[in-house]
Amino acid sequence: MAKVPAAVIGVGQTKYQAARGDVSMAGLLREAVDRALADAQLTFDDIDAVVVGKAPDLFEGVMMPELYLADALGAAGKPLLRVHTAGSVGGSTAIVAASLVQSGVHERVLTVAFEKQSESNAMWALSIPVPFIMPVHAGAGGYFAPHVRSYIRRSGAPTHIGAIVAAKDRQNALKNPYAHLQNPDTTVESVLASTMLWDPIRYDETCPSSDGACALVIASESAVAASDITNPAWIHGTQMRSEPTTAAERDQVNPAAGRAASAALYKQAGITNPIEEIDCAEVYVPFSWFEPMWLENLGFAAPGDGWKLTEAGETAIGGKIPFNMSGGVLSSNPIGASGMIRFAEASLQVMGEAGEHQVADARKAMGHAYGGGSQFFAMWLVGSEKPSN
Amino acid sequence: MRDVAVVGFSQQQMKELDGSPTCLEILVPIIQDLYQQTGWTKSDIGFWCSGSSDYLAGRSFSFVSAVDAIGTLPPVMESHVEMDAAWALYEAWVKIQTGEVDTALVYGFGKSSAGILRRTLALQLDPYVTQPLWPDTVSLAGIQAREGLEKGLWDENAMAEVVARSMSDAEANPWAIRKGATSVEDVLAQPLYADPLRRWDCAPVSDGAAGIVIAAGDKAFEARQRPAWITGFEHRIEPIAINARDLTVSSSTASAAAKLNGRLDGVDTAELHAPFSHQELILRNALGLADDVRISPSGGALTANPMFSAGLNRIGEAASRIWSGDSDKAVAHTTSGPVLQHNLVTVLDSQKGI
Repeated sequence: MAKVPAAVIGVGQTKYQAARGDVSMAGLLREAVDRALADAQLTFDDIDAVVVGKAPDLFEGVMMPELYLADALGAAGKPLLRVHTAGSVGGSTAIVAASLVQSGVHERVLTVAFEKQSESNAMWALSIPVPFIMPVHAGAGGYFAPHVRSYIRRSGAPTHIGAIVAAKDRQNALKNPYAHLQNPDTTVESVLASTMLWDPIRYDETCPSSDGACALVIASESAVAASDITNPAWIHGTQMRSEPTTAAERDQVNPAAGRAASAALYKQAGITNPIEEIDCAEVYVPFSWFEPMWLENLGFAAPGDGWKLTEAGETAIGGKIPFNMSGGVLSSNPIGASGMIRFAEASLQVMGEAGEHQVADARKAMGHAYGGGSQFFAMWLVGSEKPSN
Repeated sequence: MRDVAVVGFSQQQMKELDGSPTCLEILVPIIQDLYQQTGWTKSDIGFWCSGSSDYLAGRSFSFVSAVDAIGTLPPVMESHVEMDAAWALYEAWVKIQTGEVDTALVYGFGKSSAGILRRTLALQLDPYVTQPLWPDTVSLAGIQAREGLEKGLWDENAMAEVVARSMSDAEANPWAIRKGATSVEDVLAQPLYADPLRRWDCAPVSDGAAGIVIAAGDKAFEARQRPAWITGFEHRIEPIAINARDLTVSSSTASAAAKLNGRLDGVDTAELHAPFSHQELILRNALGLADDVRISPSGGALTANPMFSAGLNRIGEAASRIWSGDSDKAVAHTTSGPVLQHNLVTVLDSQKGI
């Protein structure tokens, strides 16, 4: 059975910031949803189903908030699904929404992901002791720092590579009006001068904690044809993979799930040489060193060589494979939405609507998200042309 | 649409699970049982999806440990809904419809006894206006039951009949938590618990987990001689505010049923997810079930209601009756949210064709 071609025809984002005290959860979501619907030139009446994603419910202190949000999302009387796959959830949510169209079940699906961390206390929500599970009590940075050290040891990367990533992403954020952090003076030197938090991760190499939402409208081939949208972002491939948190044989620096997902994605999208055929990527980099690690994990560089692309400036706008043109997770991190923002920004690139952070003539772009202990992966590849697969 | 059938079902239900809220311990034997039933193993499963709730487990990321029950090295294609696993089954069915995979294993789990369920579920309500008042599940259901009584849509006797039939049927169900041959008189002799509800009108707080395997086309026959084909799958949500809807009807169930375009015609069996006796009366009406349809032969949710797998159980129980030949066409229903807010309807048939 052939899959129905599907495309993103509307994108909506909120301004990301530490606390959105001026809106409720529903109000925050509506900002993103209203913008996505306006972008797609549609109203709620045109939408067949709604898919909501966010990270743990304890982040806002509401059990299954999509139940309360059904009204605000125009979902009453329609099907509504709620996805939760840890930090990768924004990506998985977009993939579930895409599958509702690609399967032929629906014509137009609205999907939205959010986090309003200021409503509760994320550190508390992540620190509840659980029976039979090893407590980490170190925050995400403490959990990932040993992986970064391991990467540096294995690859022989110079220790300033992380600072190059942080300075690049923060400079990119200045070109994105939605980005949370707007720090005009961030340089490699200023990052290296910032406080060491979890050696080798410095303060300026970490992501902020943000409130925010991102929404997409995904439409079938026939719904695209019936619309006035002339620059849809066609979905060429989607993949999700999971592996366990801990296992003796697990490679946490270069996880098998990420390698398997990207290999399957490229096969699905007909990509044989990713760095040559993909024009840019929005990749989940919450700590700077994940850029070189994911360059390798996603097959843009051979193992041990990712940092060389970063050092040579190839991941900056204008380089061979620009990463995180929007400023990335390092500049805005409403956790549950962060993955969908990557998918949305990849779409904006191939739509030619990325504004000041547009990569010239971007035809194929990747959106990527990961979650848990680098164990859940979600990714998609979008293009300006209709897929042939 | 591709023909997709339910070919495996395994469950565990208990009053209180003596183990961790991760439920890892009860998921492992369920997955092993599903392998035995189908003759398949991990590498034969194309997609995995689960349903659960962090608030029930009292911690964030509760599904993460559950993934370990699969054994995910090498990695698997996997997803999770923060909903009853019946919606995870829907996601898996959609995945099979894309043509990317032919088989899926879906599971749900929850340990209600880890907290006070009726208070935990109050956290589902509007967080700014309603939730701070802590209206609990049983009281909300009481308001719904009272409204129907006062409008003359049902009476105490009709509610007691539902209870008596459910508990009598549950005698044959080894997983039922509350059971025993019971008459309407026995039920009405019980004291009121949350007026107008008696304790037996309310589902027992239950722990448990369940799993289902589905497969497309001829692949289904590898696992099961008489698969239960999914010939209808629809779900709808309503506003949450209980003053914004008529609580004596289930408009979302009715609109899901209407969308099925007559595919409910001729069902002989219905497994309804009605955690309160009067809700069965509402659902029978919303689905337009004939008087001779066999309702919840497993005993239904009034005799065991493990959160986040009870809805999946309804689909599994209905499928089991197709497999055994006790039913030729069945409907399974799942609910979520306060007083029947969110409803999913699944039609299972011994014959293919959607």
